[in-house]
Amino acid sequence: MATKTIAGVAVEVTEEGYLVNPSEWTKEIAAEIAKEEEIELSDKHFEVINFIRDRNAQGITLTIRAVGKSGIVDIKGLYELFPGGPLKKSSRIAGIPKPASCV
Amino acid sequence: MANKQDHPLKKVFIICSKGTIEDVYAALVMTNGAVMEGIEAKLFFTFFGLDAITKKQMKKLKTGVVGNPAMRMPGGLPFPTIMGVIPGVEAGVSAMMKSQMDALDIPRVDEFLDMITAGGGEIYACKLAADMFKLKQEDLSEHVKAIITVGDLYEMAGGEGSQIIFV
Repeated sequence: MATKTIAGVAVEVTEEGYLVNPSEWTKEIAAEIAKEEEIELSDKHFEVINFIRDRNAQGITLTIRAVGKSGIVDIKGLYELFPGGPLKKSSRIAGIPKPASCV
Repeated sequence: MANKQDHPLKKVFIICSKGTIEDVYAALVMTNGAVMEGIEAKLFFTFFGLDAITKKQMKKLKTGVVGNPAMRMPGGLPFPTIMGVIPGVEAGVSAMMKSQMDALDIPRVDEFLDMITAGGGEIYACKLAADMFKLKQEDLSEHVKAIITVGDLYEMAGGEGSQIIFV
């Protein structure tokens, strides 16, 4: 665990850069982490982010299949939004823990 | 786990040669997992593995209940091999496996192939085995990119940070 200043706020992050407390997350933090991943956030990104934050708050293990069935975006679209890491990158940007699922 | 590796995996070529639920899913989960990690992934089906991409068979995969020492009854008691030969037992066990996978959000084979190709993964069929089983491209799932030879396979599997995995 370490403290890192993201978008001017000191937050606790894991070794891999995931926020420890999802409650510390803000849209500005999301934008800055996204920049590290070379992603510019659109409204669509935020719809996905809000969906997975909501799921995480309910204690549901996240899968790309579930996001694909959310009605927000299909799986192909999800890969286009978060290239090379649909679940990992979206989770990191959404300020929730590293995904613990294999699908 | 968080350590940066000197030689990260860049490409996997996964070969599925068997047609039981567990073998096919091992190949599907590994391929999809690679795609999700941003690793270039190609999945090649050969011999009985072709059942997983054959339109007529892909929804009817079964698990082996005879000669499978890891097979147990619900609750953990041993599953006598002789029970496996009773009509309906194989279907019942296979249905139970499928319902447990569904509960974990593991999709059906066709949907899994859809997920893999949506992320840029590629599916191939073995020419020799397709010829043996008299299968043509039109008998196979629309997710199958091509029927290829073993020579094509090695050509595609090359490159630094590339691995071939056989299931």
